[in-house]
Amino acid sequence: MQTISQKQKSIHIVTPNSFLAWIGKFLLILIALFALFVLAKNLIAKPTLFAQNVLDGLKLGFVYALIALGYTMVYGIVKLINFAHGDVFMVGAFVSFFAVEFLGLHVWPIAVFPDINPLLANVLGTITIILLSMVICVLLAITIERVAYKPLRDAPRIAALITAIGVSFFLEYFGLLEFVFSARFIPYKRPFEEMTWYIKDGIHQVEAGVTTPPGSITFSNIFVVIVIATVLAQLFLQYLVRRTKIGIAMRATSFDKPTARLMGINVDQVISFTFGIGAAFAALGGVLFAIAYPSIKTLMGVYPGLKAFVAAVLGGIGSIPGAFVGALIMGQAEILTSAYVSTPMRDAIAFSILIIVLLIRPTGIFGEPEKEKA
Amino acid sequence: MDITTLLISFVKIVAVVAYFYGLFWVMGIKGKKIQLGKKEFDISILVNIFGVFIGFLLIQLALTPFGSFSILTNFDRGLLFQACSMVMVALGLNLIYGFNGQFSLGQYGFYGIGAYTAADITYRWVNGDSRGLIVVGIGTILGAVVIMLIRKFLTNLRRMPVLSSFTLYLIGSVLAGVVAVFAGKLIAPAINPFLGSALQPGLLNQQVPMYFVFFLAVIFAGIFAAEVSFLFGLPVLSLGSDYFGIATLGFTIVVYTLMVNSDTILPFPEMKGGRGMIGIPKLTTWFWAFLFMMLVIITMRNIIRSSTGRSIMSVREDEIAARSMGIDVAETKLMSFVIGSLFAGIGGGVYAHYIGFLSPGAFDFLVGFNPLIIIVFGGLGSMTGTITASFGWIFFLEGTLREILGKISTEAPSWRYVLYPLTLLLLMLVRPQGLLGSVEWGYLKSKVIPLRKSKNTDEVKSA
Amino acid sequence: MKTSTPTTPQSNPLLEVEGLTKYFGGLRAVNDFNMTIYPGELVGLIGPNGAGKTTVFNQITGIYLPTKGSVKFNGVNLVGFEPHEITRAGIGRTFQNIRLFNNLSVLDNVRIAFHATSGYNLFDTIVSNNKFSQKENEIVEKSQDLLEVMKLSRFQNEIVKNLPYGEQRRVEIARAMACQPQLLLLDEPAAGMNPREILQLMDMIHFIRDNFNLTILLIEHQMRVVMGICERITVMDFGEVIARGNPKEIQGNPKVVEAYLGKGAANVA
Repeated sequence: MQTISQKQKSIHIVTPNSFLAWIGKFLLILIALFALFVLAKNLIAKPTLFAQNVLDGLKLGFVYALIALGYTMVYGIVKLINFAHGDVFMVGAFVSFFAVEFLGLHVWPIAVFPDINPLLANVLGTITIILLSMVICVLLAITIERVAYKPLRDAPRIAALITAIGVSFFLEYFGLLEFVFSARFIPYKRPFEEMTWYIKDGIHQVEAGVTTPPGSITFSNIFVVIVIATVLAQLFLQYLVRRTKIGIAMRATSFDKPTARLMGINVDQVISFTFGIGAAFAALGGVLFAIAYPSIKTLMGVYPGLKAFVAAVLGGIGSIPGAFVGALIMGQAEILTSAYVSTPMRDAIAFSILIIVLLIRPTGIFGEPEKEKA
Repeated sequence: MDITTLLISFVKIVAVVAYFYGLFWVMGIKGKKIQLGKKEFDISILVNIFGVFIGFLLIQLALTPFGSFSILTNFDRGLLFQACSMVMVALGLNLIYGFNGQFSLGQYGFYGIGAYTAADITYRWVNGDSRGLIVVGIGTILGAVVIMLIRKFLTNLRRMPVLSSFTLYLIGSVLAGVVAVFAGKLIAPAINPFLGSALQPGLLNQQVPMYFVFFLAVIFAGIFAAEVSFLFGLPVLSLGSDYFGIATLGFTIVVYTLMVNSDTILPFPEMKGGRGMIGIPKLTTWFWAFLFMMLVIITMRNIIRSSTGRSIMSVREDEIAARSMGIDVAETKLMSFVIGSLFAGIGGGVYAHYIGFLSPGAFDFLVGFNPLIIIVFGGLGSMTGTITASFGWIFFLEGTLREILGKISTEAPSWRYVLYPLTLLLLMLVRPQGLLGSVEWGYLKSKVIPLRKSKNTDEVKSA
Repeated sequence: MKTSTPTTPQSNPLLEVEGLTKYFGGLRAVNDFNMTIYPGELVGLIGPNGAGKTTVFNQITGIYLPTKGSVKFNGVNLVGFEPHEITRAGIGRTFQNIRLFNNLSVLDNVRIAFHATSGYNLFDTIVSNNKFSQKENEIVEKSQDLLEVMKLSRFQNEIVKNLPYGEQRRVEIARAMACQPQLLLLDEPAAGMNPREILQLMDMIHFIRDNFNLTILLIEHQMRVVMGICERITVMDFGEVIARGNPKEIQGNPKVVEAYLGKGAANVA
């Protein structure tokens, strides 16, 4: 008893505005100022190059957003970090590769309707490829869910997590085998031709073999496709979750599984559906990623998967707009770090941003604060 | 396919596992009494020590070549040392995750820090530069002192934002590091002449002082990893469980990135970045591996069966209840994280000096799942399980499977990574709590306290 | 509102809660809660669900930081101390929905609470010296004493989650007592017990109060328990104290009847 009364005399409660409480904030402000300084310096030095980098960052960020959606939805509902998601993404890219390279599926519109508008033919062909990838990835994800995760629904969470790691390793190492996808980089044939424009005194198309004038910002039809696809996906998902019956069921399941079951919701079906939707977006992301960076390999899903997951956490896991915003931040962080700090440091910076954001907002930017009940 | 090879490698796995069961059985013997004249002596401690000694000799003998034959081949020797360092890493993780419930994916980061630190010290030493040892030695000790002082300063503060205390610790540690670097610059020239060079080893580069330096290097590497974990864990442990896991995964990746750029971003040209550090003196013998492993096992076992160990477990079970029982939850978490990382750092030091070559690829986050898989395989919260799983896993995956598949075709060994996740999935379906659950054996078992005969309750005066 | 006179006015109060207020965002869970407890008393805190009783407990034990107000224990203001420090200062507690260390044995559950007073440090632990084994034996001894008092001796080595509900409640009380408190806070100790167990529990609470020099503050819904053993009762509703007094006074208080049964019920009663 004496001890606590002695303590009481020497105890000092740090108020939120005192110097001691501010030391930590000073550190953060210092880091933020430094980052801003680096960015501002480069922005002033070469504004167009900076804008180009931001554009590239957006391209990457939009693809990450597609993958992050799967992570955030699955985590929101079953509280499982689905490590295999990045590999589903990889499978999506490979399916489209096989479809283009060996089946030539992207040219069916021209083969069937020879005098079709070439743009329409490209659109139809690409959509076919994407749909095929989606269907296969959805089947794969639902199979994984049914075979590996469902039996573990009542087991300790670590069992499911280890299973997710196991599934991920299985897909990766199976893919690495020589007769499957092999460990090599494989050049990817796009289902449509790339067209590039540059912005300088208006928008001009880049002719083949002609270099763009200095100080111009280039963008391609691939960028446009990625933005459109991601925005559509985002809107579709918002609509699905907010307005449809299955969306309500998903939200109910994520909130309280036993009660949702009592309310007549088929929880297993909802979970499978969530995995399926996530996989569909991952497949879309995989195809677009391969189109944007046309060289694929078996382990291509590991780091984008990880980044997308980080993006989902950064934005607040379980939140769909959060995943989108987080992914954009991740994309910018990656490209801008590569451009202005050093390429190898980009993963480190991405994670540092995550850790700092989590320290300020423990559940991510859009995350709801966790309640602790005694 | 050759049946004998298959049989032999299986026998080896069983023998190694049986060896540890035997070892822990001997170490766990209690109450052996001997009559000498009229007095009775409790010789159980002598029996235990003798048992450990015999255990050491057994493997030593198996490793000694008789002519061209030895029971454990050079290949097995590699597996054995790999497993020893894995035991330390995995036990550390088991303390953090299995016993304290903090889901960490950062263990391989600390493992890597330990490996690179220890390797750098001895590498510089054999090449005639004592600065590695001096800087790391002074830095870790000074860092520890500074951390203690800041802790003392902080004990009377309440509601201190964790970032602020982190900043104080960070400033303190950086200052300690700067002092150590300057001290290194001052002291090293006085010692370097006694070291000679790689080609002409000087006085302090003979075998005996070399082993002493190696010992110090491993210990300092462990302490250094522990200090890094303290700095990192302090803010990050305040995040929730899954978020902590993700942050530690990030830590592994940051460490990996730094390793890849150790010669460009970090000022360590001898580490050669992504090309890998070569020329590390191969100092780990069975004696050292066994010594460090036993130190880790005994320390951890003693912690687990003490009041501290129980408080660590109570945090895993229920944080709020633990707090209400007078347990400082934040400190307990930090302590187990630091001790776990210490073990990982020591394991890293041992690993670096047996393999003689470090490449960042060995500490990638994908391999970083290995200790997690091992402890779940063996059973969370079971030291016996972790040790068994470490040896079984490495001997099976790297030994048996590789040999069998190698017999089938040259390409087949890569199949083992297809088979092993399948094994993992199967195990999780059949036994989600791991092979051994939380069962312990022999020496590692906590004492079962017998029911006592009921006293009259009136005798009980105070609790 | 009646204010009852303290039973032992000559001694200093053990616990003085003044103006305790807690907001959760805009929600006012507890408003201006006052309470004084003298050594050796057995005080009840009752009220309908959601009245803020557990929030009061959580503020006293430091799990929530009060928005306003002070909690003085033996004259020392506890506000700002960490929960573990408050426990070490001498306030033990149990939880409404049992919070035991489920995968550990009964003995371990009780031994954990002795951690703060274990008397040996990490170094003693690692080298496993004589001091360690001696203190460890003492802890076992003391834990077994407590288990015996709570009639749990035969469950000593059982894993606690395998015990029946009533036994788990008793383990929780034993564990709280192992913190060697002066003040014991019991949060609905009789919840989920059958009538026979409740009778046993009431005896036990009396017994530990008398034999361990304890002061007890308990939250309870079972009126039999509260009216049967408490000397003084404080009634809360919507975060405010609506009545204080001895069991008789409380039973006749129209405000209390209204809070429990609704408006108009007081006239009927």
